[in-house]
Amino acid sequence: MQKQQDHHRIHIESSENERESWGLPEEVTSVEEMVRLYREGKISEDEFRRFRLQHGMYGSRLNKDYTMVRIKVPAGILYPDQLIRLAKLCEDFSIGSVHVTTRQNIQMHWVYLDDAPAVEKGLVEVGLTSREACGNTVRNVVCSPFAGICRNEPFDVTPYAKALARFFLRNPMCQNLPRKFKFNFACCDEHSYARIADVGLVPVVREEEVSDGNASRKVRGFRVYIGGGLGPASYLAELLEDFTPEDMLLPTCMAVIRLFDRLGDREKVHRNRMRYLVHDMGFERFRELVLKERRIVLMTRSVLANLYIREDKVDAPHTDDIDLVELKPFNAPDGFHRWVKSNVMDQKQKGYAIVFIPLPAGDVTARQLRALASICREFSHEGCVVTTPYQGFALRWVMKSRLVELYKRLSETGLANYGALSIASVVGCTSTTSCNLAITNAHRLAKEIRSRLIELGLDMDDALRDSTIKISGCPNSCGQHMIATIGFFGAAVRMNNTLTPAYNMLLGGKVGKESALGRIVARVPAKRIIDVILRLIDVYRKERLDGEGFASWIDRVLEGNGTNIKSVDDLKPIIEEASKLPSPEEDPESYVDYGSDSRFIVKTARGECAA
Amino acid sequence: MMKARRRMYPVLVEPEELLNISSKDVVLIDVRKEEDYIHGHIPDAVSLPLARVLESMDPKQLHRLFRSVGVDDASKYAIVYDDTFGALAARVAWALEYIGHERVSLLSITYGRWVSLGYAVEKGRGKGKGIEQISTVDDNDDTGIDISADYDILATYDYIQAIIEGIKQLQQGKETNINSSSSSNSSIKKGDGDGKVLLDVRERLNYLDHHIPYAMNIPWKAFAGEDRILKSVDEINSLLSYRKISRSDEVIVYCGSVGTLSGLSYYALRLAGYTRVRLYARSLKEWRSLNLPVEGFKNAHYWDLSAE
Repeated sequence: MQKQQDHHRIHIESSENERESWGLPEEVTSVEEMVRLYREGKISEDEFRRFRLQHGMYGSRLNKDYTMVRIKVPAGILYPDQLIRLAKLCEDFSIGSVHVTTRQNIQMHWVYLDDAPAVEKGLVEVGLTSREACGNTVRNVVCSPFAGICRNEPFDVTPYAKALARFFLRNPMCQNLPRKFKFNFACCDEHSYARIADVGLVPVVREEEVSDGNASRKVRGFRVYIGGGLGPASYLAELLEDFTPEDMLLPTCMAVIRLFDRLGDREKVHRNRMRYLVHDMGFERFRELVLKERRIVLMTRSVLANLYIREDKVDAPHTDDIDLVELKPFNAPDGFHRWVKSNVMDQKQKGYAIVFIPLPAGDVTARQLRALASICREFSHEGCVVTTPYQGFALRWVMKSRLVELYKRLSETGLANYGALSIASVVGCTSTTSCNLAITNAHRLAKEIRSRLIELGLDMDDALRDSTIKISGCPNSCGQHMIATIGFFGAAVRMNNTLTPAYNMLLGGKVGKESALGRIVARVPAKRIIDVILRLIDVYRKERLDGEGFASWIDRVLEGNGTNIKSVDDLKPIIEEASKLPSPEEDPESYVDYGSDSRFIVKTARGECAA
Repeated sequence: MMKARRRMYPVLVEPEELLNISSKDVVLIDVRKEEDYIHGHIPDAVSLPLARVLESMDPKQLHRLFRSVGVDDASKYAIVYDDTFGALAARVAWALEYIGHERVSLLSITYGRWVSLGYAVEKGRGKGKGIEQISTVDDNDDTGIDISADYDILATYDYIQAIIEGIKQLQQGKETNINSSSSSNSSIKKGDGDGKVLLDVRERLNYLDHHIPYAMNIPWKAFAGEDRILKSVDEINSLLSYRKISRSDEVIVYCGSVGTLSGLSYYALRLAGYTRVRLYARSLKEWRSLNLPVEGFKNAHYWDLSAE
């Protein structure tokens, strides 16, 4: 049932919960056809590349026989049968595990190109798609994993995220943009990734007077941020206007995309994201154009251009609330409290919790996916899991009274790792494990840091809880290093006359209300990164003010207001000292990258984002 | 030239069919470990652990072994099962075919699945057939039986070496007119191997790491069903057609150790109507031990992507 609200071009459906189906069977046929034509040499490399990127197939590192299949997961929502299907598909056609990305996608790596149609078929059968997961189009619509359960949110943005994803998927207006285009939905300022996307949306509710002046009503809307994004040059998105009512959401987004389509640079491959356009013309000018374009959209758009907002109801019985801090069940197994501390948070709904399932650099096995599917069916009252921007899963609507039981179940398949919302939850892009652009193995490094921090129990340290570590294998920022408290991106540096895997180190990045991009402070050899991180934590512990968190201390130093270590200049010698390498003869290991047993060399191939 | 083989007996037997077969000529073979068999097995099954079958490739000895569990003449119909994806059962069934016994099928599900579906099980040493008799085989009782092996379903390392040589020569001949869209050097396409396809069925990462030169890779799980040991004929055929492997090709399957997972893949191909299939029974284990050449892809740290 659809009800059209007054003049609002927003449809609210109150029908039974119905699952989105993103895939289309005919796309299996077209993938099959195009792969065949390509293999038979009947279409060119360029033509095929364009097609496959539009269908979520990205080239694999230095090997044209394989492809990465990126599955678009709008708002990160996955159902148990989909998890089971992903498990089977990755065993049959990939490497027996899948990778969860920072933009909530699922990636299957090292898929033999000729098997791609079989993978597509398997996805479509359970309502999934890889369509427009790559290429110059609207990429996966990201949505906060807290949306719907967040204590600070004015309303649940999930239905809006899904509606926008549905509107733009396969929409002719965004099939050939100058470059990819990203939407991020936040639930609130605190959990917001809104300022690192082309369009970021933070929900707000405004009281509006009704015409007779005596009554008021609440209007849903958004703060719309425009022109952000991470990459070799990163920018934070700027606020378009104080309040964009919900009925203006679609016209605003359409206006921005139309402008980008028309004015965006299609020539300079490395400067054609919308943020460059906005930056070059100046935000004020761009804002004027957007508002003008929006008026044109409103006057000219088709009656079909609507968002269908479908609000799903969660069927969760009333249950007594339990204080997570006080939660000390008599039957708690080893590690339970540590797990609760870092992985479990209250929902706004009494008695229920959101449980994070961190994965080492986003990797999860087929066996774990199957286990997660059955755990989800048993424990989540909303019946699905969501992927997180920290490369993991979250299970929501879990009754707090069942946490012990859940912990045991997750432990059985290695899914109860500690440190989800702590400094130990290290993000690392896939880098040299599969990506053509990678210089270093950021993926393995992230896993190494994570296990070391957990081993040292740093996930338990509340003072480090405001901090994050994120790593990319190249400047392109898939690992979101620019928004980390400590960020790294891969580089090759000649040290002691030897080419050495290294990272540029950034400090002070963050998302949320006070979003900021990290500042490059040093260059550190890969094999000294862990030492440098630990050294920095040491210094912090000596230097901190009462109750000051690690990230806050770093900010203070970056501002030049440190205590003994006054500024970055005082910090640099300490980092340099911890970065020192013995000669290659003394310690050849230090000059070899993680995951490698041979001399470090840089091998890259053309990136395909721009194709 | 190897002859095309048509099967007289189905590759798979369904549990319902098994329950309805009342012929005394049926020998149901449980190839799990003996203690598992004693703990519980399908009623009337005899025990013949895979390890016994792997002891020798000598047809005469294999013949004696199978005879000891009741497959004592050509009229006997062997149905084999295991609890390891069907792979152990497949290797045993293949051994029967190898010694020329054509009446053999695999149970379409594993023992574990059989139990979870609620079918009857039997405990103990069964009907006395099998276990004791294996150890009391009369070594001299081979008279009057044809014990020549069927070498058309077997691939040996030297057979594979010859294929590799053949492909090399073909590729050298073609070097001048290579299709630019296919830059592959690690897999053979149809035709490149003169209708011969080397198929590595290990998991993808193992294959990327190293494999027999020119082998292509379809992980064995791609042939395995969710609840059945093999996918449907249509599904298997569509997989193979994506890889341009046709029924006229000769396909040589191998895996990492002793021909079990490749044995299952052997039967996937047979189920799909492929008639020229060979099992490299000693697989990579032997190939590596002989220090024969392997190739792999070294330009990526793909192992670190594994969540295991």
